[in-house]
Amino acid sequence: MALDKNDVEKIAHLARLQINDSDIVEVAQRISNILGMIDQMQSVDTSAVSAMAHPFDASQRLRADQITETNQRDYYQKLAPATQDGLYLVPKVIE
Amino acid sequence: MLSKTVAELAGALTRKEVSARELTQAYLDKIHQLNPALNAFVTITAEKALAQADTADSRRAQGNAGPLTGIPIAHKDIFCTRGVLTACGSRMLHNFIAPYDATVVERLEQAGAIMLGKTNMDEFAMGSSNETSWFGPVRNPWDHARVPGGSSGGSAAAVAAGLCAMATGTDTGGSIRQPASFCGLTGLKPTYGRVSRWGMIAFASSLDQAGPLTRSAEDAALMMNAIAGSDLRDSTCLELGFEDFTAKLNEPLAGLRIGLPREHFTKDLNPAVQTILQNAIRTLESLGASFKEVTLPNNYLSVPAYYVIAPAEASANLSRFDGVRFGYRCENPDNLDDLYKRSRGEGFGDEVKRRIMVGTYALSAGYYDAYYIKAQKIRRLIKQDFDSAFNDVDLILGPTSPHTAFKLGEKVSDPVTMYLEDIYTIAVNLAGLPGMSLPAGMLNGLPIGMQLVGPSLSESRLLNVAHQFQMNTDWHSQRPEV
Repeated sequence: MALDKNDVEKIAHLARLQINDSDIVEVAQRISNILGMIDQMQSVDTSAVSAMAHPFDASQRLRADQITETNQRDYYQKLAPATQDGLYLVPKVIE
Repeated sequence: MLSKTVAELAGALTRKEVSARELTQAYLDKIHQLNPALNAFVTITAEKALAQADTADSRRAQGNAGPLTGIPIAHKDIFCTRGVLTACGSRMLHNFIAPYDATVVERLEQAGAIMLGKTNMDEFAMGSSNETSWFGPVRNPWDHARVPGGSSGGSAAAVAAGLCAMATGTDTGGSIRQPASFCGLTGLKPTYGRVSRWGMIAFASSLDQAGPLTRSAEDAALMMNAIAGSDLRDSTCLELGFEDFTAKLNEPLAGLRIGLPREHFTKDLNPAVQTILQNAIRTLESLGASFKEVTLPNNYLSVPAYYVIAPAEASANLSRFDGVRFGYRCENPDNLDDLYKRSRGEGFGDEVKRRIMVGTYALSAGYYDAYYIKAQKIRRLIKQDFDSAFNDVDLILGPTSPHTAFKLGEKVSDPVTMYLEDIYTIAVNLAGLPGMSLPAGMLNGLPIGMQLVGPSLSESRLLNVAHQFQMNTDWHSQRPEV
């Protein structure tokens, strides 16, 4: 599967990644090479095989629905680039 | 003293030949001397280390010490360490002071180990050479023109150069075992779920496991005693009681059946590596093991399947890095979309961005079945190959890596070539099995490891075989001239 410039732009948008215009051709080439290697999978018939999502086919364990954590908002927000009144600040979304 | 094993250092501490403080200071001095050339540590926590050393000395004086009390350790920078920079090899986290300790870090501290600092790594553990790090490459202590392997390259280089007594690593596709092979160390990737992933920055959550990088199998067993075990904070961590991984180290190998995968011993395998493995096989035979051929017919599909599953999981895990709550934020964003895209575009390196895009593509509408579901089906075929093999043998022996450490810059320009470095290790992660690499020989002055793989939860058996091999060979005792 060879990707073109439009494919890369679409994937980069889905992944919220800025890719510089000057890099797009090279990125497309390298990802195409990776997908070419991955395509070896398509030569194998797996119609009778069930998908395996977890090494032991285990399901997610659930804990009791109880509050076990204390509120550490201020401590964690010290790491944030910008906060105000306990909220994270981002550029204005609605004018 | 600094290149002794953990077991030997524990003896020296018990006999009061050295104090934890003296030992810690000696390692710190050596780090200051050698790290500028090696770039193995990205953060050195000298003050904290000396305070922990004093605590360890008083614990030893009170007779309240375990084997790791007072032993200096380095942590891969993927583990959260409260109050200490945890950058994961990335510009994205260049300013992230972790607000809590990973379970692995917490347990080693409880056992009395002394944290010397944090080690360099491939960015978000994505790499096989340590060249994708935002902090620059690590040099292999055996030859500074060569890579230490990756992604736990800083940890491996630090132990090999005698900058710490032991180190933590993580292994998603070979990131403990391949650096162990390249640096002449013992490295163990435990069974998936054996060690808590809590506080370990996630790359591919169904594959990631933490484990030890040490100078001997006995040391790896001592570290496993501290880090393994259930953890309510990681729902994928297996609920198992305490196991003493040192208990079976001295069991004889008589009757042990070892499988040699036909697919790993082909004409494509470097003849010098083949000879080294044959010598190891003869040593184990002399200790009572028997060998037979087994087959892993789908192993060749492990790299393709892995490069769908791991990037898919990574694209989801790394979506948390958005420039809003912590980590890197771009300058003067125009709007929210620009904030996300430029923070991520500037904060992540090329390899991480490539993998996020491959994963995003594999999970996108129209391609999900052809890539993601297909890879999960192949994952089952790979697991079934191992299950069949373990009907006939107790464990499997083969190469860890196709060759010894390669030169810096040699493979970095071609991602697919770099991905194929992990051809012998990746299937083990897909199947969730324990695997280890231990030194098996030297080639042109460079160490090379062999890999042992066992059924789920067979770590004690793997460590037993490795320890018996090490009691009868001295490859693990070779040290680089630093």
